[in-house]
Amino acid sequence: MLQITCPWCGPRDETEFSYGGEAHIVRPNEPDALTDEQWADYLFMRTNPRGRHLEQWVHSAGCRRWFNVERDTVSYRIGAVYRPGEAPPERKQ
Amino acid sequence: MMDRYSIFSLVRNAVSHHEKWQAAWRSPEPRRKYDVIIVGGGGHGLATAYYLAKEHGITNVAVLEKGWIGGGNTGRNTTIVRSNYLWDEAAHLYEKSLKLWEGLSRDLNYNVMFSPRGVLNLGHTLQDMRDIARRVNANRLNGIDGEVLTAAQVKAMVPIINTSPAARYPILGASLQRRGGVARHDAVAWGFARGADARGVDIVQNCEVTGIRRDGGHVTGVETTRGFISARKIGVVTAGNSSVLAAMAGLRFPIESHPLQAFVSEPVKPVLHTVVMSNAVHGYISQSDKGDLVVGAGIDAYTGYGQRGSFPVIEHAVQAILELFPLFSRVRMNRQWGGIVDVCPDACPIIGLTPVKGLYFNCGWGTGGFKATPGSGWVFAHTIAQDRPHRLNAPFSLERFATGHLVDEHGAAGVAH
Repeated sequence: MLQITCPWCGPRDETEFSYGGEAHIVRPNEPDALTDEQWADYLFMRTNPRGRHLEQWVHSAGCRRWFNVERDTVSYRIGAVYRPGEAPPERKQ
Repeated sequence: MMDRYSIFSLVRNAVSHHEKWQAAWRSPEPRRKYDVIIVGGGGHGLATAYYLAKEHGITNVAVLEKGWIGGGNTGRNTTIVRSNYLWDEAAHLYEKSLKLWEGLSRDLNYNVMFSPRGVLNLGHTLQDMRDIARRVNANRLNGIDGEVLTAAQVKAMVPIINTSPAARYPILGASLQRRGGVARHDAVAWGFARGADARGVDIVQNCEVTGIRRDGGHVTGVETTRGFISARKIGVVTAGNSSVLAAMAGLRFPIESHPLQAFVSEPVKPVLHTVVMSNAVHGYISQSDKGDLVVGAGIDAYTGYGQRGSFPVIEHAVQAILELFPLFSRVRMNRQWGGIVDVCPDACPIIGLTPVKGLYFNCGWGTGGFKATPGSGWVFAHTIAQDRPHRLNAPFSLERFATGHLVDEHGAAGVAH
């Protein structure tokens, strides 16, 4: 089981959280100006990387607030946790 | 020349103490050039190569597998085969596959142990039962067998199931597809590998593709851990790693990879002769011919490539199974494992052309790809050979995410995830 550190509540078990998918996908400001392909890219296409992933979690059974996590999708190791609006951590080489 | 398996070959090899069986397939060094390269030596990739050779006469083909044959999801699933999908597009595709299953052992001269022992999808609420009636009616209109059973009929068929009205999630009935069942997963990979090899296909194991080379929008070959291999047509069938392969060609796919778990018990005497699935309590179970209970769990909510799952998911699946079969509470579990499934937003696969010419993808089967193995290979071989999709897989193009013509099979198909 993952142990995730909620930036507001501290470390808790995975079962307290819900997953929110890839982070930093910004809703287009002018959807009408988009082609179908651009809209599909926003709506459906995902980077789904093997390795470092920036993703959203919500502390559903706790403070119910959203935050971002940097996690490795192979080792499942969590590298960093940061609040919405904060910049993602620099990529470690 | 491949020896045919028969009662005579069995006797002949018994006399020589089974020490002279021919290898089921060769392990050739990859050549530098092929007409078609299939990336991924799982069931779908091998089936693609087999049907390319058998149906389209294209035999200058290599199947490149980074690990070993049957070591990925083909050997990690719960082997359930059925075709009771709600929407016409999906129903036709899976029914094509089921029809191929029915003749597969004879076609391959390899016993894939396809056992049409019936698949029950349980209903636990009134809405479940309405959905089941709708799905069974849709199936029958598409010429696919299906029946709606009452709780008493379910109990008569599976006496060990708990149909007590006092259960937390009482069983109200089920859908039954009698032609559905299970098959031996390894044998499917081995049978297709042997069949493809016999027709001249090179199966190259321990050969990982690390890059897809292109020139002017057309593929020219693949970089591998065993050097560059050129081909004008490349079919990628890599399940959980599809996004990684797509990125090599500069493509983005609507796929997320998740761990999906299963586990088996110690072998026990025959106790469950059919497949039982439940969406509401979320578990599915069958008993293998060896006697072990094969239990499928759900996917982890988060994405991952780690080929292992989290413990809360196991606990959830066990709870579901014990809800249905209280007598299994003291069965000991033997092994547990995870595979990486490539999940599409509409729970349907992507099989077809890509913006890169000569590059074809067959992916996004998510949690239910095993049942589709022969049909998937059959339509993908057609797609590669003709450079256009077959009528059966035309609805499953990558473009559907831009046009909006999704085939939403989440839940609708009795998909237990």
